[in-house]
Amino acid sequence: MRNHPEAILVGLAALAAMFAAAFSQDHLFQTHITILCLILAGSTIVLLRRVEFAAPGKPLPERNTSGYMDDVIRYGVIATVFWGIVGFLVGVAIAAQLAWPELNLQPYFNFGRLRPIHTSAVIFAFGGNALIATSFYVVQRTCRARLFGGNLSWFVFWGYQLFIVMAATGYLLGITQSKEYAEPEWYVDIWLTIVWVAYLIVFMGTIIKRKEPHIYVANWFYLSFIVTVAMLHLVNNAAVPVSFLGVKSYSAFSGVQDALTQWWYGHNAVGFFLTAGFLGMMYYFVPKQANRPVFSYRLSIIHFWALIFLYIWAGPHHLHYTALPDWAQTLGMVFSIMLWMPSWGGMINGLMTLQGAWDKLRTDPILRMMVLSLAFYGMSTFEGPMMSIKSVNSLSHYTDWTIGHVHSGALGWNGMVTFGALYYLVPKLWGRSQLYSLRLVNWHIWLATLGIVVYASVMWVAGITQGLMWREYDDQGFLVNSFIETVSAIHPEYVMRTAGGGLYLAGALVMAYNIWRTIRGDVREEVPMGGKQAPSTVPAE
Amino acid sequence: MDYSTFREIADSWGLLYLFAMFVGAIFFTFRPGSKKIAEDVAKIPFKEDDQDV
Repeated sequence: MRNHPEAILVGLAALAAMFAAAFSQDHLFQTHITILCLILAGSTIVLLRRVEFAAPGKPLPERNTSGYMDDVIRYGVIATVFWGIVGFLVGVAIAAQLAWPELNLQPYFNFGRLRPIHTSAVIFAFGGNALIATSFYVVQRTCRARLFGGNLSWFVFWGYQLFIVMAATGYLLGITQSKEYAEPEWYVDIWLTIVWVAYLIVFMGTIIKRKEPHIYVANWFYLSFIVTVAMLHLVNNAAVPVSFLGVKSYSAFSGVQDALTQWWYGHNAVGFFLTAGFLGMMYYFVPKQANRPVFSYRLSIIHFWALIFLYIWAGPHHLHYTALPDWAQTLGMVFSIMLWMPSWGGMINGLMTLQGAWDKLRTDPILRMMVLSLAFYGMSTFEGPMMSIKSVNSLSHYTDWTIGHVHSGALGWNGMVTFGALYYLVPKLWGRSQLYSLRLVNWHIWLATLGIVVYASVMWVAGITQGLMWREYDDQGFLVNSFIETVSAIHPEYVMRTAGGGLYLAGALVMAYNIWRTIRGDVREEVPMGGKQAPSTVPAE
Repeated sequence: MDYSTFREIADSWGLLYLFAMFVGAIFFTFRPGSKKIAEDVAKIPFKEDDQDV
């Protein structure tokens, strides 16, 4: 027999979930754990059907465990595309809710519950799956070793999807511990911890058994992402549950300590999830796509250590002009400004990798996408430190400028570098000679870029409008504007923002179509990129 | 350990330790002979063959 322990374990977990639902302390926990029970029961049936039996008197045929382990990466690529579209779609939906409040469908689909679904879907589901899949791909290729731990990487993949589904269904039900980007309650947090430790074991194990003596810099970035996210997750989610079978828990910290812990977590989630992890992607896929080594390997090492040493202190800039001690605010600001150096060093390192190969941008839209992502990385890492300066922050904080900044980084840098990596990976993983269509990649680039530019610029206008209206006093010292006046003033920007998000979503749909046709093995007949004209088939009149 | 002691260690020995580590990492990166090594290891992504494990 083979594959039976997995089926038995998941079946027992489904049974345990059923008991937990039966003895739950509150209605929300009961509903949530019932959903878990149904998922696990369904998974048990699927796993049972996969149990293999040997024919009488014969051993089971040997499994091929040589070569790279790419099945789990193929699943990861599809999951990345799927969650990306879900996340972008929910983003457009909540942007529309802000513009037209009637679209808030109570209680499950109001803005308060859908917003964490959007942020978690794009950061953790889309970004997380992209990071797990690409890290498994890169670590195998640069260590020249098969993934460590056998089926443990499958546990990481499916365990992570279970975390995403439990987090999302929890938000819809209204289960939240009210910490931004860390909304799931204690029992979902514990599950993520288990999955993350398994991820660390697979990644570290592969590095330890490597055949290549040197650990390539992309793996340093990936490893720092895995280790730091584990640390952030454990500390920020330290909480005491009210009961063993109930949703509610209380944070181990209170007041300003809780706020600082939250933004130490929040900003380093940006620094190590959305920056270090994706830089790991950049340091592998940009050289591969440009077909030349990174501009300066030594600069990449400086980039790494500078980022590690500086980022961890930048969190307090989220708490300017609050109860946080002044020196801590200033410290956060100073370290944020120092981050200009490693960020731009890394951007220049990535861009200069194309030195002597810039002409490829005319013919290779995948490389063009990666270069665009680096350009957006540079722009948002310039804007971020600027906004962390206290006097700038006094205007920008709590306004939509922040939202615009986040989106130029997330859509521009994280989104574009992931799309570039996906376009690189799909033909390789499915053994196709090329993508279905490079022209469609170009469509994706322009839809996405236009979407980001619309989004970011209207959010600048909206944010500065809000900031200026909030601080406007009359000669008696009274505030001039009521809050609702500042909301209705930016209604046109909210409508345009929805359109910008829609363009970005349209680009992702074009990508999904392109990837689907590539996996099927189709190749589109089209004029090649770069102005080379195909011979005319139209006869001259 | 109370807050004040912790704080004192953090902004004296702790600070020195992290700063020395950082400066050490930079010096190590630029040690003599590192340029050649760096140029070699930068080529690692191009060594792979698809199923050569």
